[in-house]
Amino acid sequence: MEGQIKTQPVQLTKDDFVSDQMVKWCPGCGDHAILHSVEKVFPELGIPKENFVVVSGIGCSSRFPYYMNTYGIHGIHGRAAAIASGVKISNPELSVWMITGDGDCMAIGGNHFIHVLRRNLDINILLFNNKIYGLTKGQYSPTTPMGSVTKTSPQGTIEHPFNPGELVIGAQGTFFARVLDTNPKMMTDIFMDAARHKGTSLVEVLQNCVIFNNKVHDLITNKATKDDNTIILEEGKPMIFGKDNDKGIRLNGLALEVVRLGENGITEKDLLVHDPDHSDTGIQMMIAGMTPPAFPMALGVIRRVKQVTYEVLLENQIAHARETSPIKNMDDLLRSGNTWSVE
Amino acid sequence: MLSKLPPECRIGQRKLYYPYLCRNSNPEEMGQRPGQVIELEDVVIRFAGDSGDGMQLTGSLFSDAAAQEGNVFATFPDYPAEIRAPQGTVAGVSGYQVHIGSKPIHTSGDLADVLVAMNPASLKSNLKWTKKGGIIIVDTDAFNDKGFERAGYAKDPLESGELDGYRVIRAPITNLVRESVKDLGVDHKVAGKSRNMFALGMLYYLFNINMETTMSFFEKKFRSNPLIVEANRRVLTAGYDYADTIEVISNTFNVAPAPLNTGTYRNLTGNQATAWGFMAAAEKAGRQIFLGSYPITPATEILQELSYHKQFGVKVFQAEDEIAGITSAIGASYTGSIAVTTTSGPGLSLKSEAIGLAVMTELPLVIVDVQRGGPSTGLPTKSEQSDLLQALYGRNGEAPVIIIAAQSSGDCFYAAFEATKLSLEHMTPVILLTDGYLANGSEMFRIPSMKDMPAIHPPIAQANDPDYKPYLRDEEKLRRQWAVPGTEGLRHRVGGLEKWDITGHVSHDPLNHQRMCELREEKVNRVANFIPKQEVVGPEENDLLVVSWGGTRGVILEAVQQMQAEGKKVSMMHLRHIYPLPLNVEEILGRYKKIIVCELNLGQLVKYLKINFPQYKYHQLNKIQGLPFMVKELVDACNALLED
Repeated sequence: MEGQIKTQPVQLTKDDFVSDQMVKWCPGCGDHAILHSVEKVFPELGIPKENFVVVSGIGCSSRFPYYMNTYGIHGIHGRAAAIASGVKISNPELSVWMITGDGDCMAIGGNHFIHVLRRNLDINILLFNNKIYGLTKGQYSPTTPMGSVTKTSPQGTIEHPFNPGELVIGAQGTFFARVLDTNPKMMTDIFMDAARHKGTSLVEVLQNCVIFNNKVHDLITNKATKDDNTIILEEGKPMIFGKDNDKGIRLNGLALEVVRLGENGITEKDLLVHDPDHSDTGIQMMIAGMTPPAFPMALGVIRRVKQVTYEVLLENQIAHARETSPIKNMDDLLRSGNTWSVE
Repeated sequence: MLSKLPPECRIGQRKLYYPYLCRNSNPEEMGQRPGQVIELEDVVIRFAGDSGDGMQLTGSLFSDAAAQEGNVFATFPDYPAEIRAPQGTVAGVSGYQVHIGSKPIHTSGDLADVLVAMNPASLKSNLKWTKKGGIIIVDTDAFNDKGFERAGYAKDPLESGELDGYRVIRAPITNLVRESVKDLGVDHKVAGKSRNMFALGMLYYLFNINMETTMSFFEKKFRSNPLIVEANRRVLTAGYDYADTIEVISNTFNVAPAPLNTGTYRNLTGNQATAWGFMAAAEKAGRQIFLGSYPITPATEILQELSYHKQFGVKVFQAEDEIAGITSAIGASYTGSIAVTTTSGPGLSLKSEAIGLAVMTELPLVIVDVQRGGPSTGLPTKSEQSDLLQALYGRNGEAPVIIIAAQSSGDCFYAAFEATKLSLEHMTPVILLTDGYLANGSEMFRIPSMKDMPAIHPPIAQANDPDYKPYLRDEEKLRRQWAVPGTEGLRHRVGGLEKWDITGHVSHDPLNHQRMCELREEKVNRVANFIPKQEVVGPEENDLLVVSWGGTRGVILEAVQQMQAEGKKVSMMHLRHIYPLPLNVEEILGRYKKIIVCELNLGQLVKYLKINFPQYKYHQLNKIQGLPFMVKELVDACNALLED
C-alpha cells in the first residue's frame, strides 16, 4: 500500500504509547490499572507502533482507544468485534486489540462476540467485567449476579447472569483467561500470552466500578478472603489454592470438587492438573464456571488451543485463486463467458 | 398493438385465432398467408412454471440466443418469495419475461405476446400479464384434475372458454419429452426436468432462432455428464421439430437484428453489474475491496458474485447480521480498503446508526440498497422505490450522505463505479440505490474497456507528513485525508464522538459542533461540482416535464418517446444523482408549464423536490403494487395532464 514505510521496529517504551489526551475515568476506577498494563505490554511485543489498532464500542471501557497513542477506532455500541474483524481481515499484518465491557460485549454486542470467537480471527479482546452499566449510571448488566439491586432492579434482578468464560468456550473460543484489575503483574503476563496467541484471545478482567458497583469483586480481591476464594492456574501443575495452600480441586465423577489436602488420604496426585492446551472443552468449561464461595474463582489462562485463523485461511484462498484463475483483470472478466460482437 | 382480431380458424372444437404481434403489419393480410414469416419490431415472451421448472434458465437461454441473432433484449424474472412452494399451486409459480427487439428497448415489456404455461397454476397467475390475442403454449399433460385442483380452477381452463381470444397451442410436452429420451435410459425425473427445453425448442422454431447457442450451453454446463447433454439436445430438438410439424402454427416470426453501436456485448443482471462495477473501481483505484454483508433478497447476488472473485483479492465477509456487515466494512475502510456493504430496505434500517459512524469518521463507504417492497418484510421479491427518504434522512443527527440511483441493469455497473469513486475521492459514505427490478433483470451490456474508465485518486496521507492532522481538509472538496494503519507517523483515533475541527480530538464544544455539522454537509453539497449536469430528453422548454429517478428510466423513456412520436409536447428529466442534485435541476424545472413526478412509491422524490424547490407545482403519478410502471399507465397520466 502506498504511503507505508516498513522499518525494523526500534526498541519501544511505554512512552511510545501514552496518549496526550486527558484520561477521564473516575479516580480509583480499575480501568487505569488496565491501561497501564497495556502500555507496558505493547512495547514488548516487537511490533512496530504503527501496526497497532485499538478498537472499542461504547461504555466506560470503550474510551480506551483515545488513551492509547496508536491507530484506533471508538465505534458504536456493541459493534467493536465486527469493526475489529474488518480491520484484521483488511490487513492481517496489524495487531488488533478490542476493548469492551460486560454490556457492550455480551448484551448489545452479544451476537458479534460469539461470532468473532467462532471465526478465530487473530484479535485480542480485553473484556472489562464490572458487572454493572457504568456509563449510563448503574443499571444491571448481563453479568450482574441474580438478585442484585440496581437502578433498574430495585427489588433485585430476576435474570440469570452470563459467565463470560462459559460463553467463550461454548462459542469455540481458542483462548480464554481471567485476571483481576488489582494484580498488574498478572495482567501484564496474561496480556502478553493473549497477544502471542494466534487466534481470538479473550481476557476477562474482573474490574471494579468504584462508583456504581464498588467492591463487587471484594471476596476475591480483599486480602483477607482472596486466597481462599481464588485459584491461580498454572499449566501442568496440580490445582492447589487457599491461604495455606492446603486446598485443591479434583474431579469427582462428572463434577469438580474442593478437597483438603491430607484429609481422607488426599494428596496432590488426586488433584486435577491444569491443561489449557487440551482441545477438549469439558474440564476447562467447568473450571471457567467455578464461582465463589463454593469454589475458588479461577485466574490465569483457562483455555489456549491452536487452531488456524480466519485471516490465514482467507489469504490462502486468495493466493490460490490468484494463481489458478485465468481471469487476471477486469478486461478479462468483462470478456469472459458468453459475449457477442457487433461489427 | 393487437387492435383487430384476426380471422378465426378451428382446431377441433375450439375457436382459435391467428396472433398479430407486429405493430406495423396488416393483420388481415398476414393471417391469411400460412407459412409466412412475419416480421416483428419487438416481442415479449413470458415463461411460467413451477419454481422448480427452470423458467429462469429457459428465459435467459432464450435471451442469449436472441442476442446472438442480433436482437436487443431486456429480461425480468418474477419469482415467488417461497423457494419451493407446494408444487402446482399459484404461490409456487415462477416467471421470466424476455423482451427482444429490432430497435432499442428499455424495459422487459408490459404484457406478453407469448405465454409459456407449464401447468394450470402458471396459466392462472400469468394470464393477466398476457395480451389479448397472444399465443399461449401449454403442456396439456399437466392440465389434469390434480393440476386444476391445486391451481384452484373449478374446471379445465382450456375448455371453459376463458381463453377465447387467445391462440392456444396445446402440446403434450411431458409425454413427448419422455418419448424423445426413452432409449437413452434416463428416468422420468430427469426427463421431467427438461420439459422446459421442449418449450424452448418450440419458441426457437416460432421465432426462427438458431439453437446452437443453447446447444453449446448444454455442452459446457453438463460437461461431466454426456448423457444429460444428449437428453437436453434431443428434447430441445424435439420441441423445435414438434412446432415445425404441428399444423396450428401456420406462420412463424422474425425479429430483425437491431442496429447497435459496434462493440462487444454480454448479458448482465443488475446485481452482477453492481458487483463488477465495484471490482472495476477497485482495479482503477489500485486498492482491495472489502465487502461486509448479510444475505437479503434481492441483494444477495451481489454478495455471491463478489465471493467468486478472490483472484482480484476481493475480501468478502459474510457477517453475522446487517450491522456487522456495515461495521466490519467501516473497520476495513479505516484500514484502507474499498469498503462496501450491500442490503435491501430492512437491512438499511438496521445499518442506520453505523452509517452515522461513517459520516462522523468521514471514511469512504458504499452502502448498496437494492430496494424491495416495504415496510417491514413487505414484498421481498417485488420491486419498489420506497427507500428514498430513508436513504436521505434515516439517521440520527445531521448525517448527509451522497445518494446515487442506478437507472438500468447495465447502469448498475457504472453507478457502482461512480459511487466508489465519489466515496473515495470525497471521503464520505455513499448510498447506492438500485431495486429488485434492476437487480434481477438483465439487459445487453456493451462491454467497456478498462482504459476508458476514469481514474480514481483517494487522498492517501503520506507517511511521516509533519502537517498531517486527522480532520484537516482540502479547500476544494473539504475532504480529510485517509491515513491508513501501518503508515508511519500518522497514528490517530477516529470515532463516533464529535470531533474537534482539524485535530480530530473529542469535543463537546457548542460552536465547534455547529461548525463540524456545517462542514460535513458542505462537503457533500460540493460533490455537485463533480457530477455531470442534469440532462433532459426532449425539448428544453415544453408543456410537460416527466420527472423520475432510478430504476424506472426504461419504461418512462419508452412512454415519453411514444408520446413525442405522437407529437405530444413532453420532455423527460430522469435523476440519477439524488443527493446532491445536479446544479441545473432547479433551472430545468422552471422551463416547463407542468411537472409530473412518477415514482413507485407514495411520493418520496416529490417531497424532496418540494423541500428544495417549493416554487414549483408538482403533479404526481404513484404506483405501489410491487410492479413496474406500464407504458400505458404513464402515457394515460401524461395525456390527462396535457389535456387538462
